[in-house]
Amino acid sequence: MGIFDINAVRKDFPILEQEVYGFPLAYLDNAASSQKPIQVIEAMNDYYRQDNANVHRGVHRLSQRATDAYEGARSKVRDFIHAKSDKEIVFVRGATEAINLIAHSFVRPMLNAGDEILISHMEHHANIVPWQMLCDEAGAKLIVIPMTDRGELDLSSFDDLLTSKTKIMAIGEVSNALGTINPVKMMTRKAHEKGIPVLIDGAQAVPHMPADVQDIDCDFYVFSGHKMFAPTGIGVLYGKEALLEEMAPWQGGGDMILSVSFEKTQYNVLPYKFEAGTPNIAGTIGLGAAIDYMKGVGIEALAKYEQDLLVYATNKLTAMDGIRIIGTAENKASVLSFMIDGVHPHDVGTIFDQQGVAIRAGHHCAQPVMQFYGIPATARASFAFYNTMEEVDALVSAIQKVQELFA
Amino acid sequence: MSESNIRDLYQQVIMDHNKKPRNFREMLDANHLAHGNNPLCGDALVVFVKMTGDVIEDLSFQGSGCAISVASASLMTEILKGKTLEEAEEIYQQVHKQMTNEDVDPAILGKLEVLAGVREFPARVKCATLSWHTMHTAMESDHDISVTTE
Repeated sequence: MGIFDINAVRKDFPILEQEVYGFPLAYLDNAASSQKPIQVIEAMNDYYRQDNANVHRGVHRLSQRATDAYEGARSKVRDFIHAKSDKEIVFVRGATEAINLIAHSFVRPMLNAGDEILISHMEHHANIVPWQMLCDEAGAKLIVIPMTDRGELDLSSFDDLLTSKTKIMAIGEVSNALGTINPVKMMTRKAHEKGIPVLIDGAQAVPHMPADVQDIDCDFYVFSGHKMFAPTGIGVLYGKEALLEEMAPWQGGGDMILSVSFEKTQYNVLPYKFEAGTPNIAGTIGLGAAIDYMKGVGIEALAKYEQDLLVYATNKLTAMDGIRIIGTAENKASVLSFMIDGVHPHDVGTIFDQQGVAIRAGHHCAQPVMQFYGIPATARASFAFYNTMEEVDALVSAIQKVQELFA
Repeated sequence: MSESNIRDLYQQVIMDHNKKPRNFREMLDANHLAHGNNPLCGDALVVFVKMTGDVIEDLSFQGSGCAISVASASLMTEILKGKTLEEAEEIYQQVHKQMTNEDVDPAILGKLEVLAGVREFPARVKCATLSWHTMHTAMESDHDISVTTE
């Protein structure tokens, strides 16, 4: 598909063809979780219908097919994020688990009292709490890069925040609450100049734009499948091979060992060292199918289409009275957070829902962002490439409805 | 259908109490007080109670929340002021029954019946009940105490 064809794309997402309370569904909650194309659903179905068996251990035919499909998905992920080697791709439950893994296996052993961990003000709770727990345990400090009113990182004193005590910098590539695209490549370079390792949370980036871990040059990159058209319960930790090699396993069990005796266990090689227990095989296959699907649509093409959607929606909302857009960064992806004057976002969410418009109302697991703006919550519309301009129009009339009701 | 559900939920009385919440103030001489939080949506309120014997002499609240939670808290302060503990408990139980679709006594509920529309929106029931839980907790303790609903 050279040219992006929205009608063809929508046919692949059967869930979108439904009515809610008599209105056509406008699913604008993609930053929370995305829908799955039929190709992903069928790939998982096929696995359960034809190939289901455990991986890496059976001598029989089904196990071989399951292993091939599972490892095939790993290669697809490696290619998708432009990693060097399959060994650098570890399957986990999601971005949250990946961050916790790095916190425990990479940072914890080298974190001492007085050390620092650097994050930003606009992180998702998943990229705050694991570090906070670690800091509490070690007596280390969580340092936060501030943000501006527009919702961009305030990097004016960034150089000073990178210190000899900083043990890791962990930054989201795209803010889930604001849509801000952060300059992670430049930030990674600056951190590396001072020898500081970098983790990039790509959960909100991979569904919307090309990912290239070698270009960013980050040491770790994490994301979840379910936000990029794959099932829940599967995610990826990318780590540079040399670093993963040095790290101790996180969880022990089957599959992560070469040999076990009561005296000593020899751990398996990468990436299996970090994949204890039977993995989410169907989910992994679904993730591989989602990558195939995105490539089929064309990642550059869908990114461009989504930008058009975001610009269209932003212009529409900007032209309305009584609307305040939260997050007006220069570079944004697919998220439109807003407030309607005099109306709490939860009331907005309920009234939208009654018109078939699904959005998120709440703090988006980013309470520090809400505190920054002095608001309890926002209403957030978030787009995927299967959304249409008509759905943006439905969003606009839903806003008008709210304003009418609360006039 | 959805239109009428929405109108039932956001009745005039609710909208009025949301815009102009009654007894929305700090009470410095309160002898019972509790904090209510809904961590999922960030609703947060404080309920202040001044008891004289077993009569609720004064009742007020402060905080932020959606129209449903603010209106429910406002209505609560209006209705319970001057009631005995026993009467307040009975009304509290009736409000609960109304939310869980059980039989209620309209004579006891009075104008709290405007909250009935919330039943059609299960995700919003906790908004309507937060202030009531908080009030109940405040009554049961002499200390400043927190209650959380999800």
